[in-house]
Amino acid sequence: MTDRLSTRFAACAAEGRAALVTFVTAGDPDLTTSAAVLRALVASGADVVELGMPFTDPMADGASIQLGNIRSLTSGTRLRDVLAMIAEYRREDDATPIILMGYFNPILAYGPARFAADARAVGLDGTIVVDLPPEEAAELVPDLNAQGLHLIRLATPTTDAARLPRVLDGASGFLYYVAVAGVTGANAATASDVAAAVARLKQATALPIAVGFGVRTPDQAAAIAVHADAVVVGSAIVDAIGAASAERANDIPARVGALVAGLATAVRGARLKDAAA
Amino acid sequence: MNAVPTTLRAGPDANGHFGAFGGRYVAETLMPLILDLEKAYIAAKADPAFTAEFEHLLAHYVGRPSPLYFAESLTAHLGGAKIYLKRDELNHTGAHKINNCIGQILLAKRMGKTRIIAETGAGQHGVATATVAARFGLPCVIYMGARDIERQAPNVFRMKLLGAEVRAVESGSRTLKDAMNEALRDWVTNVHDTFYIIGTAAGPHPYPELVRDFQSVIGKEARAQIMAAEGRLPDLLMAAIGGGSNAIGLFHPFLDDASVRMIGVEASGHGIETGQHAASLAGGRAGVLHGNKTMLLQDEDGQITEAHSISAGLDYPGIGPEHAWLHSIGRVEYQAATDVEALDAFQMLCRTEGIIPALEPAHALAAVKRVAPTMAADDIIIANLCGRGDKDIFTVAEALGVTL
Repeated sequence: MTDRLSTRFAACAAEGRAALVTFVTAGDPDLTTSAAVLRALVASGADVVELGMPFTDPMADGASIQLGNIRSLTSGTRLRDVLAMIAEYRREDDATPIILMGYFNPILAYGPARFAADARAVGLDGTIVVDLPPEEAAELVPDLNAQGLHLIRLATPTTDAARLPRVLDGASGFLYYVAVAGVTGANAATASDVAAAVARLKQATALPIAVGFGVRTPDQAAAIAVHADAVVVGSAIVDAIGAASAERANDIPARVGALVAGLATAVRGARLKDAAA
Repeated sequence: MNAVPTTLRAGPDANGHFGAFGGRYVAETLMPLILDLEKAYIAAKADPAFTAEFEHLLAHYVGRPSPLYFAESLTAHLGGAKIYLKRDELNHTGAHKINNCIGQILLAKRMGKTRIIAETGAGQHGVATATVAARFGLPCVIYMGARDIERQAPNVFRMKLLGAEVRAVESGSRTLKDAMNEALRDWVTNVHDTFYIIGTAAGPHPYPELVRDFQSVIGKEARAQIMAAEGRLPDLLMAAIGGGSNAIGLFHPFLDDASVRMIGVEASGHGIETGQHAASLAGGRAGVLHGNKTMLLQDEDGQITEAHSISAGLDYPGIGPEHAWLHSIGRVEYQAATDVEALDAFQMLCRTEGIIPALEPAHALAAVKRVAPTMAADDIIIANLCGRGDKDIFTVAEALGVTL
């Protein structure tokens, strides 16, 4: 099986730029809109898409993504609907990597083996399970591996040199660096902190390093794109969806597209600008 | 070959599992913290100075040992087994919660932490945490569901008097589970200076173990006290279960005594069949929430459903993982009591013994009321009276249709 993640990261690297990873909660504010948002993300320059699996108790998420989860659940989104949405999308785009991100309990309820099999069948590439650290990962990893899917590992500012090998043991796809200790939508890390952290991680792994948490604006994304292999933006996009759905706007995908286009331009130009500076 | 000695008191295993339950299901940012906490706790347990300070504070600040009181009038009223009450409602702050808070604040001090956070449901754990934070001079933030703030106003004011900041949690069901989510969000944001004092025997390892150990003073005392009073072990232990810290504290020292039957009493709210209850063993399934695998109220998609109980302290959709395990192996029986049964037992204790219990142990008393008459007059029950009812008088008045 062609690995969409490694292909896409290699393509971005060949262009001499970081990848833009965008996060939205699947089904936010409803499945129909969310499917159009997914198309808009990719059409506007997202290189990798992370879709949140809605959960009632998103403990690692700040207010923005909590609200996205509530909007999605309130409109009736179920995990099987999210998988169906990915299957539908794959009919038109078989290249863009798609990652599910969420919490373990909905996967446990679905059944880890069934989840992995269905996820592969719809064309998913991997998953990030926030509350499944390496210590508990054996509950899911064998099923994912059997289907050729990645469990994306997370490193954080609290991951010290003693801890890092544990995080990297069995890591694949890419390494997600959580740039600040906190919940999603938190304050931004400084570019110099991110640069130092990426350099430290690069010493320990050949996996691409994606940096997220606290990245909201094109300028912030560009500053990280100079150093990291990928930049993750989530809460800012989810906020835009939240604001638009509060207005009952019917142009949510277009608004998301405009926001992502700005981020994509900044990420694509970041290293050229940095070299020129 | 000799048989290998078996014990039910050795858990959890090195990875924090009690059978299929427990574990460490937390965000990576928190993993180094809970690994540090585990190391610090292992070191503290081995340090006689830590134990000495814990015991000193329990004796002179909390007022332990709490009495084991023969409830003669209640026994006569129900007609059956002799009923003893473990009087943890007489502790400083009015509930068993303080036992654990003393232990955890000493750990926090040992680890050099300078800021305390906690979640609370009924407010008893919040008050106990605010109390020890005041005693040790540390700033303290208590997360409490907005709905619980409405129904537990006296405890909110107590926490504020003690210098704590009470933050209302407006997300989700606005009760204990949401307060715990918010406390975890605070902890993950303030990793360097903050100690999270979890109030029940749940959460990521090592919390279920250390909370149980600190609360086991209840069972250790009860064991010595019943031996002194009756010269033998009790036939039955009874305790209410929300997260289950008072119950595991009473039960744990007796787990290897096969003659001692144990019943944990969950809150069945309006009745299990209505779906509006907090009985995660009777009405839940195994799942992962708040750092541990345990029995949870959830829908078929793994979304957590809202618990209901008249008792804010039992209004939680999960249970400590050690209880989930003891349930799975059948060592402890678990029953349930409804809001109505708890209210009835609440009034029964007021009138027979002159003791106003909290609504939480009123659930245990409701089960005592059912079971005691079926037992022989020389059988012995110990029920854990884990909190006093001052905080609940407004809730009870409303339920009884009385305007104060």
